Amino acid sequence: MEQMTKAINTLRIEHITKRFPGVLACDDISLEIEKGEILALVGENGAGKTTLMNILMGLYHPDEGTMYINDKAVHFRSPNDAFAYGIGMVHQQYMLVPNMTVVENIALGYKQAWKGWKLDLQMVRKRIEEVAQQYGLVVDPSAYIWQLSVGEQQRVELVKTLCLGAQFLILDEPTSALTPQETDELISLLKNLSKNLSIIFISHKLQEVKDLSSKVAILRHGKVVFKGNTIDHSSSDIAALMTGHEVVLPHNDAPACTLGPMLQLRNLKVRSDRGFFALDDLSLYICKGEIVGLAGVSGNGQKELAEAINGLRKVESGTILFDGRDIANFNPAQVIAAGMGYIPEERNTEGIVPSFSMKENFILKDTESKQFSSHTFLKKKVINETAEKLRSEFDIRSPNTDVAAGALSGGNIQKVILAREISRNPKFLVAVYPTRGLDMGAAEFIHKELLKLRNDGVGILLISEELEEITNLSDQVAVIFKGKIQKVLPSSEASRRRLGILMAGVKDDEEF
Amino acid sequence: MTKSFKTRYRIVIIILAVLTAMLLGAIILLALGADVIKTYLVILTEPLKNKIGVTEVLLRMVPLTIIALGITVAYRSGIINIGAEGQMAMGILTTTAVALGFPNLPSAVLIPFAILAGAVGGAAWGFIPGFLKAKLEVSELLSTVMLNYIAAQLYTFFLRGPMLDPAELVTGSGTPQSMRLTRNIDLTRFIKGTRIHTGIFIALGLALVIFLLLWKTSFGYKMRAAGASERAARYGGINVPKYLIIAMMISGAFAGIAGSVEIAGVHRRAIEGVTSGYGFSGIVVALFGGLHPAGILPAAFFFGLLIYGADMTQRLVGVPANMVQVLQGIIILVIVATKMILANPYLMQRAEAKWNTLFAKKQTHKEVEA
Repeated sequence: MEQMTKAINTLRIEHITKRFPGVLACDDISLEIEKGEILALVGENGAGKTTLMNILMGLYHPDEGTMYINDKAVHFRSPNDAFAYGIGMVHQQYMLVPNMTVVENIALGYKQAWKGWKLDLQMVRKRIEEVAQQYGLVVDPSAYIWQLSVGEQQRVELVKTLCLGAQFLILDEPTSALTPQETDELISLLKNLSKNLSIIFISHKLQEVKDLSSKVAILRHGKVVFKGNTIDHSSSDIAALMTGHEVVLPHNDAPACTLGPMLQLRNLKVRSDRGFFALDDLSLYICKGEIVGLAGVSGNGQKELAEAINGLRKVESGTILFDGRDIANFNPAQVIAAGMGYIPEERNTEGIVPSFSMKENFILKDTESKQFSSHTFLKKKVINETAEKLRSEFDIRSPNTDVAAGALSGGNIQKVILAREISRNPKFLVAVYPTRGLDMGAAEFIHKELLKLRNDGVGILLISEELEEITNLSDQVAVIFKGKIQKVLPSSEASRRRLGILMAGVKDDEEF
Repeated sequence: MTKSFKTRYRIVIIILAVLTAMLLGAIILLALGADVIKTYLVILTEPLKNKIGVTEVLLRMVPLTIIALGITVAYRSGIINIGAEGQMAMGILTTTAVALGFPNLPSAVLIPFAILAGAVGGAAWGFIPGFLKAKLEVSELLSTVMLNYIAAQLYTFFLRGPMLDPAELVTGSGTPQSMRLTRNIDLTRFIKGTRIHTGIFIALGLALVIFLLLWKTSFGYKMRAAGASERAARYGGINVPKYLIIAMMISGAFAGIAGSVEIAGVHRRAIEGVTSGYGFSGIVVALFGGLHPAGILPAAFFFGLLIYGADMTQRLVGVPANMVQVLQGIIILVIVATKMILANPYLMQRAEAKWNTLFAKKQTHKEVEA
């Protein structure tokens, strides 16, 4: 039995308005997408993108305005209505059961395969193969989800949505968890898909908006402030419209290493959780007042490196000379006391205690310090004053400093972590994916702070997957591959192409 | 989400939870053929009608409060202590040993000494599961329950053997109990004709101590951080295993103190059945009290009322006192369910959307008027 959804030739929304108490989430929004078009919906966090998508998916009802499919007015009462019209969404968080196979996962939502008490997996498998062939989406139907990489899991989500008969795809930040390679693959895949259907995707990343979309709409404070053809506008135009002011992402062009070494990693060997050497004889030198960007496909030892430096992972052999002292296998408290700052990869679960208030999180590393406690009793007044000061200094948007840190948005959580780490006056900072998933405004802020820190003489190890971030900020770029430093080059010589080749493991890159 | 809606929503959910618990209890009462309303009335009001009733409720509140405070320290530090029953028994044994060994010490010395001994006994029994969890990742659910059995057997062994009342040997009745402890250990019964003793002030004092410890000191901050997010605590330089062990020892010490106070204030000798489920009820009191001393005190009073009221239902309405345990079970289920409902923002969002569609017209009307 085939899906019976009709093709969507045009989808038009007119004057959509949605109010929440005290907030105008969508303010008179009109958009139109035709078959074969890819619309990029960009805007800062809280601009109303998600609300708009939830309206398209039938999760919210607009207070005013109408939606038209093929020029016929439609009203969605629930997501089921949206599915029935062929609108499918791939969420930021994948909805897959890890210990089931690809076929089983897709069969979950595939009602035609439910034959009484039985599940017709054969038929689902056939359908997957059809979709795979039609759209060039390669997936192994018998693979278990946990065996797949993030990029592959996303492909499964796409196949799932298409199997269910989607004619219109909504993708919420589809590249936020992907490596640069996977991102490139996804972009060419989506381009291919768009021949047969329409796509709306939400994004923070200008590069992919430029690469992928045919049309772009920019939301700010619930209003469409700009719509047009992507090809007619430059990246910096779009960036300026997104934040409402001209954004020049800060750029590092100061002279390199003049102050002497701060962190010297020598022949580090560190095991991963699974027992193999995630760092295999890794050596790297970072000076005072220098940013070294560590580029690499994730899973090549970045996480283990950050944890080993910060005393969170055992060092099997090698030394970590920090300001002249070997801190290898110090415990985290000792590393912190030595003057190390650390912005961890998992900002929500590691960088903050989510259930603690913002002000409590500011003192996470300093409960014993003279500044915040005397005879183990915490100094409430000093803590409150410091929290207020940091909140305004770092422009953390929240009603007060008593809110649970976990309730803040990603950008604000990162600012809380940054504020804490910077206010502790570290000698060195390890920053892991510091702007992942953040909007342009927050990313710009964090980049500026990192550069300021650098100019104050602090050494920084910047671990990131965003090549642009690395080349913009770093004095030197080191490429990590399979637990070794592949090469260290001055930022000026680190072209995207050259880094890509090094990241892929090709060592002899002199010819490029 | 507006703040006022959030508060209203929470209040409604909590009221619904209470009604649900009473309704479920009513079903069981009906099955027993009891008069539902009369039973509830007896449980909730009968004990409060005279001086003896009130003081008896307060009397039961003492061990409940102290144990629940200890449970709170453990729970907030990320370890669930189901072993208070055993820790309390160990506390009683060490207290009794001190009282038997030093009967001539003056009260001012003996009482603190005996309570300290109870704390040490309980702490030692709490150390074992804490250590096993911190160093070997042994589930504390298993180890604390197992240690309850061991403590119960040790307790019986000591009461039948080394601590047995010599008078029992003479009369030959062989009731497993210690002799009447020295009067120097007695906690004063400060209202004539009732059993209420100064232990209640110890309980109140300890509630203040726990509040200060957990929320006002860097020590408590670290324990709470370790419990709220182990990874973040580790990242922040907090030695998580160390604080797990310490929290479990404090938790055990409190159960031990509850045992000491119960012996010194009520029974005046170690007998069987002193713990009588306080170790388990203490968990419910701690959860019901929101894992905070300010909530635990009223919660302990409420459970003291339930326990004493249940005795009365047996006499007045013929409903077995075990009914209270059924009610406790229902209350645990309802608390857990309520917590999950309150923690689900989507549910609240949907409730708000419903509310708004139902009453949106009124709102716009008002806006026009304004």
